[in-house]
This record gives sequence, C-alpha cells and structure tokens, in this order.
Amino acid sequence: MKLSVWTYEGPPHVGAIRVATGMRGVHLVLHAPQGDTYADLLFTMIERRNHRPPVTYTTFQARDLGADTADLFRRSCTDAVERFQPQALMVGASCTAELIQDDPAGMAETMGFDIPVIPLELPSYQRKENFGADEAFYQITRALARPMERSDAPSCNILGPTGLGFRHRDDVAEIAALLADMGVEVNVTAPMGASPEEIAELGRAHFNVLLYPETAESAARWCEKELGQPWTRTVPIGVGATRDFISEVQALLPGAKVPSEARLRLPWYSASVDSTYLTGKRVFLFGDATHVMAMARVARDEIGFEVAGLGCYNREFARPVRALAKEYGIEALITDDYLEVEARIRDLAPELILGTQMERHIGKRLGIPCAVISAPVHVQDFPARYSPVMGFEGANVLFDTLVHPLVMGLEEHLLTMFRDDFEFHDAAGPSHHGGQAVARVETGEGPAPRAPRGISGKMKEDEVLWLDAAEAELKKIPFFVRGKARRNTESFAMERGLGEISVDTLYEAKAYYAR
Amino acid sequence: MTEMPHINSGGCVDQPILRERGQHEVFCGLTSIIWLHRKMQDAFFLVVGSRTCAHLLQSAAGVMIFAEPRFATAILEETDLAGLADAQDELDREVARLLARRPDIRQLFLVGSCPSEVIKLDLARAAERLTEAHAPHVRVLSWSGSGIETTFTEGEDACLAAMVPGLPRGDSSNLLVVGALPDVVEDQARRLLADLGIAQVDWLPARRSDAAPQVGPNTRFILSQPFLGDTYAALERRGARPIAAPMPFGEEGTTAWLASIAQEFDIGPEHFARVTEAPRERARAAVARATETLAGKRIFFFPDSQLEIPLARFLARECAMEPVEVGSPFIHRQITAPDLALVPEGTPLSEGQDVDLQLDRLRAAAPDLTVCGLGLANPLEAEGLTTKWAIELVFTPVHFYEQAGDLAELFARPLRRKAALHLSPNTPGSARGWPLAGQPS
Repeated sequence: MKLSVWTYEGPPHVGAIRVATGMRGVHLVLHAPQGDTYADLLFTMIERRNHRPPVTYTTFQARDLGADTADLFRRSCTDAVERFQPQALMVGASCTAELIQDDPAGMAETMGFDIPVIPLELPSYQRKENFGADEAFYQITRALARPMERSDAPSCNILGPTGLGFRHRDDVAEIAALLADMGVEVNVTAPMGASPEEIAELGRAHFNVLLYPETAESAARWCEKELGQPWTRTVPIGVGATRDFISEVQALLPGAKVPSEARLRLPWYSASVDSTYLTGKRVFLFGDATHVMAMARVARDEIGFEVAGLGCYNREFARPVRALAKEYGIEALITDDYLEVEARIRDLAPELILGTQMERHIGKRLGIPCAVISAPVHVQDFPARYSPVMGFEGANVLFDTLVHPLVMGLEEHLLTMFRDDFEFHDAAGPSHHGGQAVARVETGEGPAPRAPRGISGKMKEDEVLWLDAAEAELKKIPFFVRGKARRNTESFAMERGLGEISVDTLYEAKAYYAR
Repeated sequence: MTEMPHINSGGCVDQPILRERGQHEVFCGLTSIIWLHRKMQDAFFLVVGSRTCAHLLQSAAGVMIFAEPRFATAILEETDLAGLADAQDELDREVARLLARRPDIRQLFLVGSCPSEVIKLDLARAAERLTEAHAPHVRVLSWSGSGIETTFTEGEDACLAAMVPGLPRGDSSNLLVVGALPDVVEDQARRLLADLGIAQVDWLPARRSDAAPQVGPNTRFILSQPFLGDTYAALERRGARPIAAPMPFGEEGTTAWLASIAQEFDIGPEHFARVTEAPRERARAAVARATETLAGKRIFFFPDSQLEIPLARFLARECAMEPVEVGSPFIHRQITAPDLALVPEGTPLSEGQDVDLQLDRLRAAAPDLTVCGLGLANPLEAEGLTTKWAIELVFTPVHFYEQAGDLAELFARPLRRKAALHLSPNTPGSARGWPLAGQPS
C-alpha cells in the first residue's frame, strides 16, 4: 500500500477514455462499478467538451457480483452498439472489474458484432493513465491500420494528441501549419479527431510525426515495423527543437521546404535588453518527461535561465530524463510523490518553478513564482485563446508564459531600490500574487512565516543558528532572492562547521557565491 | 402554531415509482469525505482503495486537495492483492505512520472502496485491532463508501451509522439533529432551537470527537438530510425515537421541521409563532425575488444526492415550479413521506437510473431547467437545455430560513444567465456554432 493524497496520473482506464474521447466513431465499454463515471466530468468540465465522452460504464453494484456482472457487460455492449452505432468498439475494465475477472475482451469478441472489437489490457495496479492512453491507441492502430500505397504528395501522420492533453488542440494546429509551409500534407491526425476509417488509412503517409511520446510511442513503433514508416524523434517545443524538427523532416523528405520564421519573436524578445535580468535565474522543472526535457532546453538555451533541478512523474521515461539531467550537471528527480517534489524545491530554493498544477500550489505555498508547462492541469490551462507550446508561435507563447510570473526587470530594480519604502516592505508581497497589502509593523519584526507542514511531517530543522542581527540583515534582501541567500549562507556555514550565522557570515557567503 | 399538513398521505406518498437499472451517472460514497472531513475537525479519512479512488477524490475535491486535507488513499498495489494477510500488515504500518505524522487526529475512519470490498479486505476487524493499538488517543472506525454499495451522499450515512454504536449512552431527554451541515447553518439552527426552549440539543456528527452526543431511550432525533436511512435505523436500535418531518428547505420546510420538534417537546403555538415569525418573513421575501424567474418553469431532476424530492417539494410549493420528473438514486419511503406528501400529486418519480433512457425522457420533456451532474451539464447545455449542476446543492449552505433565498437563487441563476447572454433557451449549441473542445478546427 502506498499513502497518497495527490496523484499526477489517473488510473489506466482514464488514459483509454482520453483516447476514445479524442476520437470520432468509436465507443468504449468499460466494465466498472457505479461511481467510476466521475471521469466524465474531467472532459465535460476541465476540457469543457460539449458532448458526453463516448463511454458506457456497466455500473455494477454489490448485488450484481457473481455471474450477473458478465451478463451486465454483454448487455451494456449490445445497448451501446445499438444506440451509438460506432464504427469500432473498444472494451476494457477498470480496477475493480479487473479483480472480478469477467474477461471483457473474451466476452466482447464472442458477441458477433459486425464492427471491429478492440480489447484493452489495462493493469490498474501496476500502470497509470499515460500507459492506458498509449496502450489504447496502440491496440486501435494494431487492429485497424494496414499497409497500403503511399500517397503521391509527401504526407505524414501526426500521432499522440488525445482528449485532456495539455495544449494538444493548438499544438496540432501549429504543427500542421508548419508542415503545410514545408509542403507536407497531414494524412491523419490521431487519436484526436480521427475515426476508425481514418486509422485504417494511416499507412498512406510517408512518415509519422510523434508529438507526444507518452501517448503514442508504442503506436509509432508499431507503424515503423509493420507499415515501414519512420517517425520523428524531436518534439518541436522551443525554437531550437522546432528547427531540429524541421531538419529531421527534411532528412525524411529531401524536397521539403524551409518554413517561414517571420512571426517568430522569442529570439529577439530574449535578446532585448529588458531580458538581461533573466540571466542565470534558477529554475526547477517538473512534469511529464516530454515537456520537462523540451522546456529545459528552452529555459537554458533560449531564455538564459539556469536549470537548478528537473524531474518527471512518469517512470517510463526515467532513463532519458536522467541522461538529460546529467548533461545539465544536476540530478533528476523521478517520483510521483508530490511531497518529494516539494522537499526538493524547498532545498533548491529556485527563483522560478515550471511544473504542473501541483507545482503551482507548491510555489504558492513557498512564495516562488510558477508557470504551468505540463499536465495535469486545471480548467484555466484549457484556454479559449490560441496557445500552442509547439512550433514558432508556441515559442512566442512560451516566452510570455515563462517570463510573466517573474517580477519584471524594471519592477525588480525599483523594488530593490525602494525596499525600505513603506509601500514596498516585505509583508506587502508582490502585487500580482493576489496578496493583500499589509501595513508594515513598525515595532521591529513581524512574526516569522511558519513553514507549511506536509503530511509527511518532514520538517527541515535548521542546524545552524541565525543571530538576530544576521536575521535582520537577511530581511533587507529582496524577498525573491532571500530563499537563495538563506540557503547559500546556511550551506556555507555548515561546510565550515559554523554553529552560528552573523552578519559577517552572511556577507562572506555572498562573496563566496558571487560570480 | 403553524398549520401542519398531514404528512403521511396525499401528494405522491402512495404513487408508483419508476425503478430503473442500467448505467448510473453518479458519484460513489467516497465523495462524502470531502464535506465530512471539513465538519469533523479531528477526524482523518483513510480510503483503502485504488488509484481510481485517489483520482476521484482529487477530481471531486478540486482546489481543496492542496489545503493539506485530512483524507488520503492507501493505494492497493499488486503485492497487496497477492496475499491478504499482507494487506492487514501493510494497513497497520501505513496507519501507524499516518498517526505519528498527524498527532492531532482523534478519530480515524478506514473507508472501504470497491476494490477493498471485492477482495473482502476486513476493515472492520482492522479497525478493532487498530483501536486497541492506538487507544485511548485515537478511535478507529470503518465504513464503506464503495460505488458498489453507496451512491454519493450515502457515504455520509454509512459513516454516521458506523459512529452510532460507539456513542455514549445517556438518559437525558435530548434532541439529536442528524446530518452534517455547514457550521453557519448549524449555528442558526442551534439559535432557533434554543429560542424555542429546547434544553439539550446535540449534533451528529459533532465538530470534535469529545463533543460526541449521548443516545438513550429518552433521545429524540430528527434528520436534517434525507439520505440517512441506515443512521436512522441504527439510532432506533439504540432506543432513540425519530421525529418525522419534511426536510428544512425553504420557509415552509424549515417551519414544518421546527414545528414537528415543537410538537414533540410540547412547545406552545404562541411561543413558536413568536420565535419563527421574523425569520419566516425574511425567508418568504428572499424566496419571492427568485420566484419571479422560476414561477411556471418546468424542472427535471436527475438522480444524485437524494435531496431531489425535498428540493422538488420546495421548488413546486414555494417557487411555483412544475417538476416533470424527480429522479433519486434511492427513495426511503418512510423518511421521505413527509416531503412526498407535499410534492404535487402525479409528479413522475424515478429511482435508480438508466442514463440513456432517462436522457431520452429528458429530451422528450424539454424542461426549462435540468438538475444534473457535471458529466451531463455541459453536453446538455450544448443541446440547448438549461442546467443546474447538482453537486453545488450539497456543498453550499442551503438549509433553514436564512438560506432559503440563496437556495432558490441557485436555480434561478442559470435561467437569468441565459437571458443575460441573449440565448434563446431552446437553440442547440451546435446551431450557435459552438466548437467541439479539443478538436482542431
């Protein structure tokens, strides 16, 4: 057993629902107890879909347990096929049905439907949501796609976008436009938007663009083996990666044109003097492996941040994430326990967090600005406006996203100059974080902010004592670098075996760490 | 004294109910934890279940999940399924770790889920063993919030019913109000009951475990929520006597609820009128404003919380709405009788659900307002129907006089919004050119 409050990923059957909901003309029958329909609201509320996910739940109850549940499953399949008339039926079981061993796959295959029936193996007690999506899409592809003549015009498939995917809607639009600029047609985009008929046509494309390895790598590998289609390895997030992606496409299709960069603004924005203050800002990245790895490159090479730490929650990609971290001279954090993520962030005291909605809350708690770069996300990250993260417009979006949470350069400068001013004192906090302005207590220091307590109870006890004068001096340092200063001074003191920190220690440490 | 209608006959009391089985679009009982843990301030709810259970809780709890909530899921792993003795040891270990980290916890609830029920993990025995191990500091109880046994609010029933056998015995003639209410609402009810002159009023659940109510043969209890059938039975088994009443929604519901208590405690009609007159007037005035929007509108309830029947009663009688179908996940005839008696005769009632068939009936009825869950609301809006999502009715303070206006307003707001956006109530979303989310255009 593992105690958990927050989970980065849902169970694998939610991954299967993401695939089914993204597609057209398929229906998923899930052998599942009453209550599992909660997953519907992820799609109707968070993604704001205007139709019900194409999923029928058998909704068995305690009184059905026994032979009855198998019957219930058959009836649900018959009703679903009759009512929704899908071109293909997917069947699977949620965690509870996995325990009662009704074998949905076997039952559905013997029911004699005249449409393809695709059984899904969803091991709920070992795997998670991304696996479920990858597996569902792989099984659909395997069941429906066949080798066929390549199209006359150069074409590719776009693989990976699903329901409830972080910015999938706009990434697809952006990359399809980029490919069109290069003279490459999109044959099929799948699973999102595709029907079973279109999946059957996958083989017509000359190659595959794999946008999201988490949800479609198995299918891409299958297509390579069975349909002879190569697939792109670079995920086009950021300017460098997008250019690499373009080169990769040109290597696959030597005639492909170079797309226009006329609307690309990130490089100039980043080079302009207002961005100088971004240099060396320490960022921590966490999320799914694909987004973290791509964003690390954007953060370091395109915006000029220092990557202080990175990690991912999906263990399937632990190896490449570790390798990348090594290149950056840091150690990767591979965990699905948000308390470990919080502890690492606290230890590193970065100036910016790039993460999921969980990291956004950790950032809020620790007073560190944060931008969201990866699922899981809440409703605000399924925006109405066009906001891809891929391609050249995606790069523009990323510049804004990564820079906005930080205090603007001029603002930072003024805050430092006027930090003792009555309106800019510490307790007032940054204006854009929603903090209420608090009048400064003139009689000495206010109460020390209490460190939040995680349920793990892992409180970090300070082994070094801050003398009052040093503590007061520390408070004069702007709040947005104070965490870093505190951490540096403490490790400086500990390395030298000092039990106390004086004002001198503080400045010695500052000099020591100065570059 | 206010005129009391006959509460065990008339209306829909003897009406046949459409009973359906099929796909239920409902939450499981685990969802109750989200409001129960706010109410019981020294309790921790440990779900023994799967990743699905944890995912459900975080999806339903929304931002609450980030506020160090006093609930968590012990996620069963492959190894737990292999040998059951193992699972008990694992549970002991996780509980010990949890209690060491949260020394403020006095009550620990082991909450069963579908997986734990299907593998027949004996949580009752585990609770006994753990109570011994952690006595007297912590008391460990167990109940099931599994979807195979409970629907949404029935989780609260299972939890309260599990608490009843352990309540201290007492001989005082107290009034026990049963059902978790928001603190502000509970305090209003406390004041009203005190003004009526009822000496000892206790609450189940209490805010803290050291305030647990006494139960005995002189205890009279009244439900503040309709979904508490098992708790009702458990209290009767302890010798307590129930007071039948409609649920305290709206001015009429609250008055009838209070009047049933007043009758039981021999409180004179003049005194009753004096205490209730001012708040009744306020409630009527507040409801009247929303009624301008609601009067004459037809309303359809999907099953969700068992609050549907009392709410339909309130909307029909105080807001002049016409219920066209009232669906409930479960209808407890005895408990709902006083409300059923006041629901307009001939209102179609349904219990359980086959969601596709019910959607067919909904489309045929084309009501002005549909009360349904979040999985259905946006799809129905896109079809041109106006919806009120039901979960809000459980989380928001809606009971008693001061909330009567807010309660009516919850139903009026979607209709007023349609008008504000100049949307004709019957144009489907597709005809308005609403795009399909997630699809590249």
